Amino acid sequence: MTQTLLSVQDLTVRFLGDRAVQALSGVNLELVQGETLGLLGESGSGKSVTLRTLLRLNPPKRTQVQGRVLVDGQDVLALKGDALARYRGAVVSMVFQEPGLAFDPVFTIGSQMTEMIRAHEPVDPTTARVRALQMLERVQIPQARKRMDAYPHELSGGMRQRAMIALALCCNPRLLLADEPTTALDATVQIQILLLLRELQRELGMSVIFVTHDIGAAVEISDRLAIMYAGRIVEQGTVADVIQRPLHPYTRGLMDSTVVSGMRGKPLTAIPGAPPDLADLPAGCAFGPRCPSASDQCRQQVPATDAGLHHPVACWHPITDKTQGC
Amino acid sequence: MPPFERLMIPLPPVTQLVQSPDRGGPAQPLLSVRNLVKHFPVRDGFLSRAKRAVHAVDGVSFDVAKGETLGIVGESGCGKSTTARLIARLILPDSGSLVFDGEGVDEFGGVSLQDYRRNLQMVFQDSFASLNPRLTMEDTISFGPREHGIGRQQARSRAHALLERVGLRPAQFAARYPHELSGGQRQRVNIARALALEPRLLILDEAVAALDKSVQAQVLNLLQELKAEQGLTYLFISHDLHVVQYLCDRVMVMYLGQVVEVGPVAQIYSAARHPYTRALLSAVPSMDPARRTSNPPLIGEPPNPINPPSGCRFRDRCPHAQAVCESTVPQLRVAGASGHLAACHMTMAGSAHPAAPTGEVCT
Repeated sequence: MTQTLLSVQDLTVRFLGDRAVQALSGVNLELVQGETLGLLGESGSGKSVTLRTLLRLNPPKRTQVQGRVLVDGQDVLALKGDALARYRGAVVSMVFQEPGLAFDPVFTIGSQMTEMIRAHEPVDPTTARVRALQMLERVQIPQARKRMDAYPHELSGGMRQRAMIALALCCNPRLLLADEPTTALDATVQIQILLLLRELQRELGMSVIFVTHDIGAAVEISDRLAIMYAGRIVEQGTVADVIQRPLHPYTRGLMDSTVVSGMRGKPLTAIPGAPPDLADLPAGCAFGPRCPSASDQCRQQVPATDAGLHHPVACWHPITDKTQGC
Repeated sequence: MPPFERLMIPLPPVTQLVQSPDRGGPAQPLLSVRNLVKHFPVRDGFLSRAKRAVHAVDGVSFDVAKGETLGIVGESGCGKSTTARLIARLILPDSGSLVFDGEGVDEFGGVSLQDYRRNLQMVFQDSFASLNPRLTMEDTISFGPREHGIGRQQARSRAHALLERVGLRPAQFAARYPHELSGGQRQRVNIARALALEPRLLILDEAVAALDKSVQAQVLNLLQELKAEQGLTYLFISHDLHVVQYLCDRVMVMYLGQVVEVGPVAQIYSAARHPYTRALLSAVPSMDPARRTSNPPLIGEPPNPINPPSGCRFRDRCPHAQAVCESTVPQLRVAGASGHLAACHMTMAGSAHPAAPTGEVCT
């Protein structure tokens, strides 16, 4: 049961160009089969780059990747040609934020799904079509038979995202990467998609990495949370631990600046300043310049991830229960 | 002492540009919107005549009291932004009227469009698209005042004071172009630009939606400080129900171009009467891993605004729909405490809906 499916070790990604950008700096992640990990962070924190590196979608000539990515014991960064094509979609698959852009506008939903199934498995067109239809029904698209022949622009936003999920699940991947799949949707549709993903994850027993900047959505779907800041994972643990007993000052600040009910009339505790420029990261802890408890040590040395009080945290001065006042 | 009072820093006075005086007194709503209608024609093909129309805003009426923050919420396509644009006269309504502090807008004997626009400014969601990429921040902010007859030097010093006020050091930011700023900084400039004409009403159309949480909190604090300092009135359009609850005094819920419920924040969030409002509120993730949502509060998506359902527009997604909901359009009526209105047959006595109250409701 608790078999490790994904292991990311010390992953560092740099994008070369006029200004070299350090998108990821030493990311470590472990994911067991059947687990949902919520990857939470602000824009530019490296959430999407992490997912894209797992699928090797970054432009190869301008990307410098260091570290190891193992999926089911297989070294992803060493995959080439056919092996890489087989890996994408069949082992690891991805749902994008904007399904309107991820689908090909000139082919019907059905033909794109059939193409995907036939690219991975030696089945005839009729069987592939039947399987595509079953998948569309499984993601609860009404009148699925009719939608098979619809073009992406003929579907509404929520329907398109369901079709996107169906497409991603066509070949029974072991790991589903969801890159902000509900950000562009209305709250009433968002909760439908979240519940659908949770149900499918349980039925199919796959692992999910769910990237979002919305704490509420992450809490709704994840077993574990990893908080990212400026290309590093600063804290990870079970949802309840991270949300109720955050150890990193950034996580605490993020929670404080998120508006929830019952805060009327009080000024929000905002994190001062803005996230750092990834082309010019500060020495030491990247959160140091915005951190209320930063010391000289924080400005000089990058904090290593240690066991923490109850879950791993990368901070020289993690919040203790005493400073939290509870 | 209200929490934002200590932060009051008066801006240097500008001789010719001051907030226009209050006319009608505190009881007179700052803005009254009556029966606003906007239908966008849809063409079926090239050269064909427009036969159908998107019912973007269909008979919307409400008041905005002086000094309050009115929130407008609803799903995409419900007409929130169209309503905002109609109020700002960025598009012209098919019918309906606007009354600003007791005077008709752009009517004979009323307030002129130029004066109205000076009193009403807007901040949009996309901070980059709403700034001219060829103007520096200083030029952007001083453009409005100069257009209204303020001298170059004075407009410039006012732009610097406003930049300082929204937390951007003029020496560092005045000469920058929009692409040289981050999203949060650009939205601060947009707010400064909107304040440059000393408006009385500010329309914030998803003004904080595109910002990261930590930056969003900074901008929300700034908005509250500015409101306390300058006696502003806000029309706050958002789909984030937490932010609306935090910031607004009253909330108006829209569905398919119509108002379905309006009332004080506490009333709406604790005792919503319209089934749509209740569904919308329970669709918000709880932030508590122990209390996860198990059933979606609503199935499907809003129907097509080209061909809205007859009667109550929410009826085909409503769990309580009855025959009367199909035949009769529910009117916005008092539901519960004062100032709380809902458009649902279930709250109307004698509406033929089985769940309607039996006794007479005193209005």
